[in-house]
Amino acid sequence: MTPAGKPRNALAGGIAQIGACGLFLLSILAAVPASLRHIRETVRQVWFVGAMSLTIIMTCGLFVGMVLGLQLYYVLSIFGGTAALGTVVSLALYRELGPVVTALLFAGRAGTSITAEIGLMRATDQLSAMEMMAVDPLAYVVTPRFLAGVIAMPLLACVFNALGIFGAHLVGVAWLGLDNGTFWSNMTSSVDVWKDVINGLWKSVAFGAVITLIATFQGYTTPPTSEGVAYATTRTVVFSSIVVLALDFVMTAFLM
Amino acid sequence: MPDLTPADDSTLIRIRGLKTVLNGKTIFDGVDLDIPRGKVTAVMGPSGTGKTTLMRHITGQLAPDAGSVVVDGRDVPRLSRGDLFRLREKIGYLFQNSALLTDFSVFENVAFPLRQHLRLPEELIRNIVLTKLQAVGLRGAAELMPSELSGGMARRVALARAIVRDPMLVIYDEPFVGLDPIALNQVVKLIRMLNDTLGLTGILVAHEFSAVKRVADQVYLIAAGKIAAHGTPAELAADTSPWTRQFFGGEADGPVPFHYPARDYALDLGFPEARA
Amino acid sequence: MSQKHSYQFGTGLFILLGFAALAWLATQTTSIANYRQGDSYTLNARFSNVGQLKLGAPVKIAGVRIGSVRTIEVDPAKLDAKVQLSIATRYAELPDDSAAAIFTSGLLGDQYVAIQPGGSPDALKDGDEFVLTQSSVQLEDLIGKFLAAGGPEKPAEPATPAATPTP
Repeated sequence: MTPAGKPRNALAGGIAQIGACGLFLLSILAAVPASLRHIRETVRQVWFVGAMSLTIIMTCGLFVGMVLGLQLYYVLSIFGGTAALGTVVSLALYRELGPVVTALLFAGRAGTSITAEIGLMRATDQLSAMEMMAVDPLAYVVTPRFLAGVIAMPLLACVFNALGIFGAHLVGVAWLGLDNGTFWSNMTSSVDVWKDVINGLWKSVAFGAVITLIATFQGYTTPPTSEGVAYATTRTVVFSSIVVLALDFVMTAFLM
Repeated sequence: MPDLTPADDSTLIRIRGLKTVLNGKTIFDGVDLDIPRGKVTAVMGPSGTGKTTLMRHITGQLAPDAGSVVVDGRDVPRLSRGDLFRLREKIGYLFQNSALLTDFSVFENVAFPLRQHLRLPEELIRNIVLTKLQAVGLRGAAELMPSELSGGMARRVALARAIVRDPMLVIYDEPFVGLDPIALNQVVKLIRMLNDTLGLTGILVAHEFSAVKRVADQVYLIAAGKIAAHGTPAELAADTSPWTRQFFGGEADGPVPFHYPARDYALDLGFPEARA
Repeated sequence: MSQKHSYQFGTGLFILLGFAALAWLATQTTSIANYRQGDSYTLNARFSNVGQLKLGAPVKIAGVRIGSVRTIEVDPAKLDAKVQLSIATRYAELPDDSAAAIFTSGLLGDQYVAIQPGGSPDALKDGDEFVLTQSSVQLEDLIGKFLAAGGPEKPAEPATPAATPTP
C-alpha cells in the first residue's frame, strides 16, 4: 500500500499488488471451510449483492434486449433475414452481452458497495474488533461476500438474458410485426444449451469471482481514511471493468 | 532468564525486555511491566509513545522485535493463530471508537461473541445479553442500531460487548476520549464497578489523570520507549521527576520538547551572522 | 428476528427467480425445446435431399409446430434420406394423403418439415410413411433452373449480369 512515486516503483508496485491480490485469493479460499460456519452471513450477502442488484439488472436487460431487437432487425432486414432475429439476439446475449454487461453493472452496483463497506469496517476498527473477538474477518466478512458474488452473478446473468430476450421479442414481434412462431422456432433450433447457455454461465461465474475478489481486496487493504475508501471504490470499478473485459476475451477463446 | 518467567498467581501479564521498532522508529526500548490480577492498571503517556502498540503486543496482533510477552502463562508472540484466538476469547477489548458492527442492532452486537463461539439456546443468549446491557444501563436501547447511539452510549454498548463472555482481562483503549463529563463519569463508574464486582483485570489506556485517579489501582507512565514512572496514582501525583511533572502538571515544555527538532532558529530566519 | 427472516425470504426468492430464468432459457429458447414433448407417435418420410435439416428441427402444419425431426439416415437400399418425424399424439388425425416438404423459414432461417394436409378420410398411423414428399429446395438448383429458363419474363437484362458472375 505504499504510494508509488516514480514510474519504476509504479511498475514494481503494480506487480506487488497483483501478487498481494493472488495471495488474498488463496486466503479467501482457505477461509471457505471456516466461513461455512457463518453460512447465514453468506445468505445475507447473496441478498445484498444479488437481490439488491436485481432492479438495475432487469431494467438494463430489458433495454439492451430492445436495442438489440431494433438494431439487428434493421441489419437483418437488409439481407431479408429478419426471421433470424430471435436467434441472433439470444446468441449475442448468451455468449457475450449477458455475462459482460451484467458483470460491468455488478461491478458498479455491488462491487463498489462491497469495497466501501469493508473499507469503512477497516476504518472504524470493526475488522480489528472481530480479530479481538477471536472471529476471523476473512471467514466472516470477506469469504461470504466472495461466495455470494460467485453465486449471484450467474443468476443475475440469467435474469438479464431472459429480460433481454423479452425486450427483443417486444420490439420484434409486438412492435415491428415479426411472426411470433418464427421468432421462437428459429431460436430454439439454433441455440444450444451447452455451447451457448452454459458456456455463458461459466463466464459469469468467473466474472463474479473476479469482481468480488477485487472489491474485497480493495476494501480490505484500503488505508483507513475517508479518502482511502473513496479511492479504493474507484479502483474497484476501474480494475474490475478492465479485468472482466480481458478475461472475457481469454475465456471466449477457450470456450469457443 | 527472567525473560520466560511464567505469570504466577498474582500476575496476569508479565512483559520483560520489550523492544519494538516500527518503520525505523524505536517505540519500545526495554520495557518491563507487570499487570496484577484483579486490579485496574493504567498505562499513560504522551501521544505517540505506543500505548496502543503495547496493547497490540498483549493481544498478539503485533510481534515484538525482542523480549517476552507472557499472558496467563502463555508466551503470546509464539502462539499459533488458533491458540491466539483461544486466548483472545478470554480478553475483552474496548476500542477507542467503540467499533460496533454497523450492520447489527445493539442487541446483536453484544450477542455477537456468544453467537460466534458458543452454541447457546436463544433464550440463554437473550438473558446474558440483557444482563450485560442492564449493567451498562442500556437494556432499553437493545433494538437500536449503532448509528442511532451517541458516542457515550456506543462506548457503553462496546463495554457490554467486551464483557459479555466474562473475560479474565479487559483492555480499555482510551475509553474517555470524546466523551462529555456525564458520559465520562458513567464510564469511570462502570470500569470501577466491573473490577469490584466481577474481579476483572483491567488495563486502562488513557490521558485523563483526573479520571484515572478514580479508577486505577496502579499506573505505568511510558515515555521515550521506557517506563518513566510506576506506582499508585497518589504516588505518581506526588512524584517530582521531570516526566511526571510535565505529564501530570501539564507543562508545555520539559522532557517532551515543545519544539519539533529543527535547525537553528536564527539560521532559518536568514541571519547567518547571528551565530557568530 | 423478523428482519433476518425477511432477507432470508428475499434471498430465497432471488435464487428461485434466477433458477427459474435459467430453466426458462435452457428449455424454451434452446434446442431442448425441440426434444421436449409429451406422448408422440412416429411417421416416416423419404426425401431425395434433406438440405440443412437438423435433428430436432420442428415439424409444422400451417406454421404451427406439432412435432420434431427424430432421426435422419440414409436408406442403404434406396439411397435416399429416411427421416423419422415424431408427432404429438393430439395431432393424430393427419389424413393419409398428406404431403411432407422441407422448407426454409425466411431466407436465412433454419429448415423445417412442413406438412400439407390432404383430404383423405383415413388418418396416418404410427410408423406410416408419407407418400408425397418434397425435398429441400437447394439454392444452387434454384439458380440453375432460373438461368436455364432464361430468367424472368419481363426484361432480359437481369439474367445477363447473373450469367457472368465473378469467379
